[in-house]
Amino acid sequence: MAENQPEAPGGAQLPGSEQSAGAVAPQGEPVLRLLGISKAFGAVQALKDVDFEVYAGEVVGLVGDNGAGKSTLIKTISGVNIPDSGEILLDGRRVSINGPADATALGIETVYQDLALCDNLDVVSNLFLGREDSAGPLPFGRIMREVEMERRTVQVLKQLDVKIPSVRVPVASLSGGQRQSIAVAKTILRNARLVLLDEPTAALGVAQTRQVLNLIRRLRDQGLAVVVISHNLADVFEVVDRVIVMRLGRRAATFDIHATTAEQVVAAITGAEFGEEPEVNGATPGATLAS
Amino acid sequence: MSTEVTSTTTTTAAPVPQPTSLTPWAALGERFRRGDLGQLPAVLMLVVIAIFFQITSQGFFFFPRNLSNLMLQIATTACLSLGAVLVLLLGEIDLSMAAVANFCGAVMVTLSVYHGFGALPALLAGLVAGAIIGLINGFVVAVLRVPSFVVTLAGYIFYSGLLLHILLPNTTIRLIDPTLTGIMTNYVTFPWDVLIPIPVLAIFVGLLLYTRAQRRRANLALSPIWDVWGRIGLAILLFAGGLFIFESAFGVPYSTFLLVGLILLLWIMLRFTRFGRHIYAVGGNAEAARRAGINVIWIRIAVFTLTSTLAALGGILDSSRAISATAQVDPALLLNAIAVAVIGGVSLFGGRGSIWGVVLGALVIGSLSNGLDLLSSQNADIKLMVEGVVLLIAVIIDALARRRNAVQGR
Ligand SMILES: Nc1ncnc2c1ncn2[C@@H]1O[C@H](COP(=O)(O)OP(=O)(O)O)[C@@H](O)[C@H]1O
Ligand SMILES: [Mg+2]
Repeated sequence: MAENQPEAPGGAQLPGSEQSAGAVAPQGEPVLRLLGISKAFGAVQALKDVDFEVYAGEVVGLVGDNGAGKSTLIKTISGVNIPDSGEILLDGRRVSINGPADATALGIETVYQDLALCDNLDVVSNLFLGREDSAGPLPFGRIMREVEMERRTVQVLKQLDVKIPSVRVPVASLSGGQRQSIAVAKTILRNARLVLLDEPTAALGVAQTRQVLNLIRRLRDQGLAVVVISHNLADVFEVVDRVIVMRLGRRAATFDIHATTAEQVVAAITGAEFGEEPEVNGATPGATLAS
Repeated sequence: MSTEVTSTTTTTAAPVPQPTSLTPWAALGERFRRGDLGQLPAVLMLVVIAIFFQITSQGFFFFPRNLSNLMLQIATTACLSLGAVLVLLLGEIDLSMAAVANFCGAVMVTLSVYHGFGALPALLAGLVAGAIIGLINGFVVAVLRVPSFVVTLAGYIFYSGLLLHILLPNTTIRLIDPTLTGIMTNYVTFPWDVLIPIPVLAIFVGLLLYTRAQRRRANLALSPIWDVWGRIGLAILLFAGGLFIFESAFGVPYSTFLLVGLILLLWIMLRFTRFGRHIYAVGGNAEAARRAGINVIWIRIAVFTLTSTLAALGGILDSSRAISATAQVDPALLLNAIAVAVIGGVSLFGGRGSIWGVVLGALVIGSLSNGLDLLSSQNADIKLMVEGVVLLIAVIIDALARRRNAVQGR
């Protein structure tokens, strides 16, 4: 808390390029703040000098066209990618995240686009994967406390209002929405403070999408900081508090959801705010809104 | 805001079936629907084979002495297939098992015959040789990320050569040490063959009932009571039946005792320990396991090490039974070991299967081979063809189950 204004000589602001429509940042210190993050994959500059912040008890929507750098940004936070330059601050203190384990240790949990569930294992095993409640002297001899794990699984699923036929069926036999719910529930079990979700509603039906959006709300209501990547602006407007728009590897705009229209967000995504004429196919992302 | 939508979502959720209300048949039907046949095909195969040979051998097949002999015949193969199950669960394969088995058996024999090693040191040296080989295999697969079938194929060739080399100038060395040859010729007899398993059985029943009580206290869904009694009944039946057959012959062969003990240990490891859970996880989705913080590299190395050690043990049993070490690696040993695991319901695609499958798979392969031997002359031709067909059926069942799973899972 002491080093409230961190030493960030350049790149703390994106001069000129950021458009903020009534973006009143919540008060206090953000749970997580990124400063001047850059990342290149060979010749592709996936992230250019990106700042980012998310507060406790808020849902931030991360939107942008394909290839804008959203997933790369999430992976930087979750330790999958190591940034080329820039700083990561947790509660205002500088931290280094050099792998998924570091992120986990800091209370950052990620729900990846591809879910990362073991289809062959049951719900309980997936929820506790890598953190099995166990006791014993040797690596070979650590016996798991199955009953206790199952009890906590049932409890967490109830807390999140997730309905599953049985917690002992392989997750391969569950629906997309149920699988997504399991992936989210996993983060709760791990006492996460910050949850990152990459396209959690992609490939889900209407009812299942509802289910997952509800889940996201519940995470926020429990005081967690949540970052959601989504292509679906309808979902974004339903569940997030702030929208951060990425474009061509930069943070292009920030919006307070209550003082913003979908058209403004679409314009920022397509780059129309740079004085270009709104293109005809600019209507395509707008079509998503109607659905 | 968050409460207004809750009511709509609950209606979309699937109804929660009460597991307690499931009848055995409904449970079986449910598993069929999931494409999870488990060991049912192997059980059916075994029944068909047993009945067929019982009839064609004029009742000699079920003669206790023949069944006892069958257990000795399948000891080496079964031991190797325990290792095969472990690598298959990882989604890998170990083609070096047979060569490693024969090599490690030869290590034990040469140390015992030429270097004056006692029985136990020679036996341990054979096992350690296996462990080291497995460590190397595991390292190349896990760290250097070379596909396991290539790594272990290279191993197969290399250790076949090394086997020839350490036996030079002989092609066969006779094992003399009576303790070592005794492994496969001695029997656990009354009362020990009763007194040793009974506490194990008691612990099994106790734990089953204890877990059920624990679950009841935690308010968790209870498995139907017929399931519990079914398990207990099956365990007692197998124990009593096996004992009756062995007692009608010479007693329980050491190797059978050893194998049953190993299966129990591996079952506990795979089913109840973190390490075992992580093996399934890596086999099911290695990337998910990695992201969950599991040390995938260490799991792979550990499993390859265990597999080669089990192969070494198999080779030691083989040398003991043959009372010698030979320079020739038996290719059928490798194929049978993998066939046993696959027939026992262990998936070639990783992450699915149980160590108990080895019992069934070994009995299927062993009965086929033993039964065809009983039938008449040296039927190697028929034997190989029948085994090939049985293996093909098992693999097809595996692939179909996998496909049905994939279709359902979304
Ligand atoms: N591992 C990688 N290797 C090479 N290029 C990558 C890698 N990950 C992302 N990129 C590139 O970085 C850019 C941003 O990608 P990404 O963050 O996945 O975009 P988004 O998730 O916003 O669609 C794209 O041009 C993509 O091709
Ligand atoms: Mg993406």
